Amino acid sequence: MSTPPPAPPPLPATLAANPVLSAWLDFTRPGVVTIFTGKVEYGQGVWTALAQVAAEELDVDLRRVRVAPVSTATSPDEGVTSGSRSIEESGSALRQACAQARHLFLAAAADRLGAAAGALGVTDGEITTGAGGTGLTYWSLAGQAGPAGGGLLDQKAGDPEPAKAPARWSVAGRSAARLDIPDKVTGRPRFLHDLALPGLLYGRVIRPPAPAASLAGLGDPPLPGGVVTVRDGSFLGVVAPSDRAAVASARAVAGAARWEEAPSLPDERDLKGFLLSAPAQVVTVDESHDEEAAAAVTRTLAAEFTRPYLAHASMAPSCAVARWDGQRVTVWSHSQGVFPLRGAIAAGLGLAAGQVTVNHVEGAGAYGHNGADDAALDAVLLARAVPGRPVRVLWSREDEMGWAPVGSAMLARLSAGLDAGGRIRTWRQDVWSNGFIGRPGSGGEPRLLAFAHLAGGQPMSPAPDGPPTGAMGSTRNAVPGYDIPDRVIVRHRLLTMPIRTSSLRSLGAFLNVFAIESFMDELAAAAGADPVEFRLAHLTDPRGRRVIEQVAHMSGWGSRAGQADGTGLGLGYARYKGTSGYCAAVARVEAETDVRVTDVWLAVDVGRVINPDGVINQVEGGAVQSASWVLRERVRFDRTRITSVNWDTYPILRFTEVPQVHVAIVPAPGQPETGAGEVAQGPVAGAIGNAVADAVGVRVRDLPLTREQVARAIEES
Amino acid sequence: MGQHELHVTVNGAGRTVACDPDTPLLDVLRHDLGLSGPRFGCGLGLCGACFVLIDGQARSSCDFPAWAAEGRRVTTVEGLLDGDTLDAVQQAFIDEQAAQCGYCTSGMVVSAVALLRGNRSPTEREVREALERNLCRCGAHRRIVGAVMKAASEVDEQAR
Repeated sequence: MSTPPPAPPPLPATLAANPVLSAWLDFTRPGVVTIFTGKVEYGQGVWTALAQVAAEELDVDLRRVRVAPVSTATSPDEGVTSGSRSIEESGSALRQACAQARHLFLAAAADRLGAAAGALGVTDGEITTGAGGTGLTYWSLAGQAGPAGGGLLDQKAGDPEPAKAPARWSVAGRSAARLDIPDKVTGRPRFLHDLALPGLLYGRVIRPPAPAASLAGLGDPPLPGGVVTVRDGSFLGVVAPSDRAAVASARAVAGAARWEEAPSLPDERDLKGFLLSAPAQVVTVDESHDEEAAAAVTRTLAAEFTRPYLAHASMAPSCAVARWDGQRVTVWSHSQGVFPLRGAIAAGLGLAAGQVTVNHVEGAGAYGHNGADDAALDAVLLARAVPGRPVRVLWSREDEMGWAPVGSAMLARLSAGLDAGGRIRTWRQDVWSNGFIGRPGSGGEPRLLAFAHLAGGQPMSPAPDGPPTGAMGSTRNAVPGYDIPDRVIVRHRLLTMPIRTSSLRSLGAFLNVFAIESFMDELAAAAGADPVEFRLAHLTDPRGRRVIEQVAHMSGWGSRAGQADGTGLGLGYARYKGTSGYCAAVARVEAETDVRVTDVWLAVDVGRVINPDGVINQVEGGAVQSASWVLRERVRFDRTRITSVNWDTYPILRFTEVPQVHVAIVPAPGQPETGAGEVAQGPVAGAIGNAVADAVGVRVRDLPLTREQVARAIEES
Repeated sequence: MGQHELHVTVNGAGRTVACDPDTPLLDVLRHDLGLSGPRFGCGLGLCGACFVLIDGQARSSCDFPAWAAEGRRVTTVEGLLDGDTLDAVQQAFIDEQAAQCGYCTSGMVVSAVALLRGNRSPTEREVREALERNLCRCGAHRRIVGAVMKAASEVDEQAR
């Protein structure tokens, strides 16, 4: 009896959901391959890597590949560009779409030539035989009718085609120059902020002075000609013929507005008290009981770690353009998720999704859910007052810092039991936080700022936190990646949200890894073990071991004992989400009370790599941003208002303060690609915390590690 | 808002712009003169995204009133090109892939050009100090410093 043939492996998820090949690839322009992705570019270099994937699989020169702007009208729906999933998701889908397209082109050419498809090859888009070129190209074949009519690629993806083995790659796997950098060094228009549309008008929104504030009255300020004021509940804006007039009018309207504001914010000096006392939904995200292990514990340690609220603080304030044409509205946005944004705008305004089109245009770097989506709704609301005219809304720096969602303050309470031999046998971790999953549409709510300000608008409900796992939300990376037999990990999601929270790079992983890695050093000290040896003794995963060993080698860990006074070395390690990229970091600090991070070494294993320099760039950037969060950053507020509204009150690391960063990629060509944008956040935080403890001899458990916090920890020690 | 006639040389060309004398120079450059290189970041001269050269000095244009620009020579990142040829700093930014989002890049390039005009062989420390007023949120600092050092060595080479 023969067994049935095995089922073919499934198509990549976003290709299965958007199966027509011409949704991904277009050969209409001679000599140009246009690829369509649902993932947006915001400086992470993903479009360059996706172009490499396509060029590789199609056997065309990389310079022929163009990436089509992302739009709900023309792009495959690939959800949100987040979670370091772009290469994993869109890269896999495009690779498979290209492999299938190549197969169809070769079959069509074989028909024309009366040759076997297997005897044909492709050189830079031209079909070849052993004897050379055939004159047939992708572009000449693409117009040929497909089985479903239209062109050859107007058909659904079939069973998966084998993709090219990485060993045969010549474009992917090698560093490629980013496609977007030349425009940026010459100042060419490229950002949404530069978009010039015919008839463009300029809008500004006059925000309430505080989260709990409502518009009690509005005088009648003199405004320049042609300025329209929009007022709906506590939503207040102006539309003007020039940006200058918009700014002046917004200032005049702000001066004429009377607001009633109320204190609604927690005590900034007692975030721990706030987090522990707020009502919360408590759920166990990971549990494994081992009575024998628990019985072997001879010594238990406990500690608490906190982080403050953190701001995205993108270099550009949020911007958006919208235009109403009858019952339809077109939006230009730098949102990370044009499809969810379309759904949220439509749901909030009672429109069908088909009445809303959202086009992505690049904005400044985004590190999660910032003000981009909110600005899009602002533009939609202001443009409604001037039908047929596009209206551009630009936020002020102060509104960006005061109104964009932030990453939640958090508390992690850890306890662990060591046995007589110095092995960790038990671990309990409780995490208190507001939710991180507050993007548009999350939890079935539009979750766009202005909807709460419109007449009859409801306050936004506390942000959801995603499925209760160690991969999502506030408990991302709350499950230690070490071999510990008895574990309980618990999420306490706050059910009140005085400060609006949502996704910020790495979600809860930043604090959880800081806490776990700090605590690992405390446990190592209790066990009398070297931090590297201690981790390796609890880590069987060979890929995790390799990055730790590599970074120890790079950083000269072995000669750590001989350091000068006032300097310290510290290690941090995590596998992002528990399932994604591996990263180990060592930081070197000079610290008394002021902490200066001089160097960070990182070793990463992110599986197969499409653009090595792109990965290094992302890891370097992640390391620097993490160092800035660790050393400086903290959203400030009094009981009524956010007060850290510009760079003087929300300082980030500057050129003379950033560490030297040294990145090594540990090759893993046989492993699926994992993305690299977020792997560094947690490990760098742990490394710096441990290096500070090494330098000053005191454990600082509350971020940021400012002079005041370090001094307090020394006092309390 | 009284109108005022501003006379200013921008990227080598004499320009006359009617505007309120307190209008920020950045606004004149972006909206009246159609230049997209200088970028709005903060409005208070705290981030460097709007930096331009004013009589050779790198400084913020978002808080520089139009009246103060009267008769001055202003160079934006666009004005650093010689025809299609990039300035050595611009080319070095490409060679070193010295950007992520690139929103701060114009201001970085302007600060670096100002530095190299006054100091052909800066130390790394001097480069960092020259860029201290320019913020980068993506963390491309290492590459940016590397690009400026590379441009410096090439400018210095050519001058020998």
